[in-house]
Amino acid sequence: MKIVVCIKQVPAKDAPLAMAEGGAWIKETDIGFEMNEPDAYALEEALRLKEKHGGEVIAVSMGPERSKQAIKEALAKGADRGIHVADERFYTLDPLGAARSIAAAIRREPGVDLILTGLQSDDQGFGQTGVLLAELLGLPHATIIMQIDVADGRMKLKRELEAGWFQWVELPLPALLSIQSGINKPRYATLKGIMAAKKKEIVSVVRAELGVDEPATQHIERIYVPHKSKKTEMLTGSPKEVAAKLVEKLRREARVL
Amino acid sequence: MAGFPGVDFIDFDSLLTGDEKLVRQTARAFVDEQVLPIIEKHNREGVFPRHLVPQMGELGFFGASLKGYGCAGMSNVEYGLVTQELERGDSGLRSFVSVQSALVMYPIHAYGSDAQKEKWLPKLQKGEALGCFGLTEPQFGSNPGGMLTRAVRKRDRYILNGEKMWITSGSIADVAVIWAKTEDDVIHGFLVEKGTPGFKAWDVHGKYSLRASVTSGLAMTDCEVPAENLLPKAEGLKGPLGCLTQARYGIGWGAVGAAMACYDTALQYAKTRKQFNNRPIASHQLVQEKLAWMITEISKAQLLAYHVGKLKDAGRVDFSKVSMLKMNNVWMALECARKSRDILGANGIVDDYCIMRHMNNLESVYTYEGTHDIHKLIIGEKITGIPAYM
Ligand SMILES: Cc1cc2nc3c(=O)[nH]c(=O)nc-3n(C[C@H](O)[C@H](O)[C@H](O)COP(=O)(O)OP(=O)(O)OC[C@H]3O[C@@H](n4cnc5c(N)ncnc54)[C@H](O)[C@@H]3O)c2cc1C
Repeated sequence: MKIVVCIKQVPAKDAPLAMAEGGAWIKETDIGFEMNEPDAYALEEALRLKEKHGGEVIAVSMGPERSKQAIKEALAKGADRGIHVADERFYTLDPLGAARSIAAAIRREPGVDLILTGLQSDDQGFGQTGVLLAELLGLPHATIIMQIDVADGRMKLKRELEAGWFQWVELPLPALLSIQSGINKPRYATLKGIMAAKKKEIVSVVRAELGVDEPATQHIERIYVPHKSKKTEMLTGSPKEVAAKLVEKLRREARVL
Repeated sequence: MAGFPGVDFIDFDSLLTGDEKLVRQTARAFVDEQVLPIIEKHNREGVFPRHLVPQMGELGFFGASLKGYGCAGMSNVEYGLVTQELERGDSGLRSFVSVQSALVMYPIHAYGSDAQKEKWLPKLQKGEALGCFGLTEPQFGSNPGGMLTRAVRKRDRYILNGEKMWITSGSIADVAVIWAKTEDDVIHGFLVEKGTPGFKAWDVHGKYSLRASVTSGLAMTDCEVPAENLLPKAEGLKGPLGCLTQARYGIGWGAVGAAMACYDTALQYAKTRKQFNNRPIASHQLVQEKLAWMITEISKAQLLAYHVGKLKDAGRVDFSKVSMLKMNNVWMALECARKSRDILGANGIVDDYCIMRHMNNLESVYTYEGTHDIHKLIIGEKITGIPAYM
């Protein structure tokens, strides 16, 4: 199987974020970046499919120069080669623009059987790139995938629904799947894998040269840190009444029950 | 749970390449997910976490900076970042890896015959065989040159007699690198396999330090090994000392990891623990002084480790620089552990927190691989030209 995995590089989870001038994005200097965690599950799934069915895994990442590091990590874990769609201002893209660009890059690869994405990105969290990509490439797709069984050019897929329900669907290949986080336990890059990755190929294509530079249909107006306001509410009554009120609040307002 | 974010005040990470960060990421995630959840229990019970060995082998931690025989061939900075993270987990675990890599695989790699390399290195790399390094004796610690262990040639065999003490992984090792004097009074290394008649190992009990690591005594009583078990390319004290330079280098990085663990714990604690007017203890100057001292010393130690690593990669390091690295960084880590313990107050003494474990561990690290003061003497000799050991 020829499998493409889409991997985004996002600010590290613990990075101290500061607003960039203009307020529409964060300051990218002085913070660390990492592989988008949901994509790590997609990568792991791709590697396992390759181990089972043979073929190759191609890691695709779009972003500035630094995002090559996410590709390197994928190569160190076992992906065979990488495609970097270079764009220093890629944060100005909307999901459609991103999907169009990645689609253009993937179209250059003949004979792709399967495209995997994570469910969403940990920075902007649109959760649309995969679905849009499938549409643009004219591929069938399914989301929130919990299990993939490939046989005879078709896939049996387990999707996660709400409230502990699952659904099995069947799809032909080629197709695109968005992988549910937690489907597997992503492997560590071994030290030998990291050494071997030095010799693997990363092809860079400049996004502006893909011929998909249409104006964004959506842009970020402003990002800001939500104001923290502390509101203490005293519940009164007998212990029994207070407990009942508390449960109600946890259920309806905090929505944790 | 989010993993350890790292301690980086001076943008140390800007010195690191993408590959170096990846190596650290692997070791860091391994420690966060596999070591930290189990280490207090192992430390409390005094049991080496042996179940981690196969995975550490698979990840390439053993002999990581060696070339060939399945080893990863990492740079010295990459190898250092691995030991840093491992010791952030536990000095005992890092000791195990240091011994396996720098004190067993390294001498076989550097001084061994092809047959010895073929036989042992691939297995040691995978963790299918474990090794130990027997230099110290009950009567000879800082002065190993005085060792009493003897190897007498008898036709195609050597007969070993003597005792080794304080040997990490001694009783669990499949192969021991034993340093002994031949009849001409010259020190040589011998590979002694587990189960060789006349070879006995027992464990040191009652340790307050490195409890998650095995420390043993070894006795050789007319212990016969084939002559081809002699390491052909090591002669004299520089054989074992060459190994120690490798191990001390890894310790220099490892100590930074232990210091980071203590500092990070103390910092989080100081920000949340409230005393006097419901203010965090971190708001007091005396507490801030300790935190500021720690982050400053950690930053300096990182830079020293990095620089020595770069020199080592360039083949330009001599043992006295490695001595400075080991001496300074272990001392600073022990001081960080003590200050952190202080910041945690009573909570600092229990094993709900890692600090006391690190502090106790670091007492061993301060002593082994050349005591703190012996490294001062090594540096002293280097700058004055006058040896002051006697
Ligand atoms: C947990 C643990 C694991 C170990 N693992 C190993 C191992 O795997 N293999 C191995 O071979 N050894 C191992 N060792 C032994 C270790 O290397 C020795 O303990 C160390 O070299 C110090 O020797 P010693 O304990 O005999 O102390 P001594 O040499 O007796 O030193 C005691 C004190 O005297 C000081 N001193 C000694 N000589 C001088 C001098 N000339 N001038 C000034 N001060 C001096 C020292 O600095 C120290 O403060 C281990 C030790 C420990 C604690």
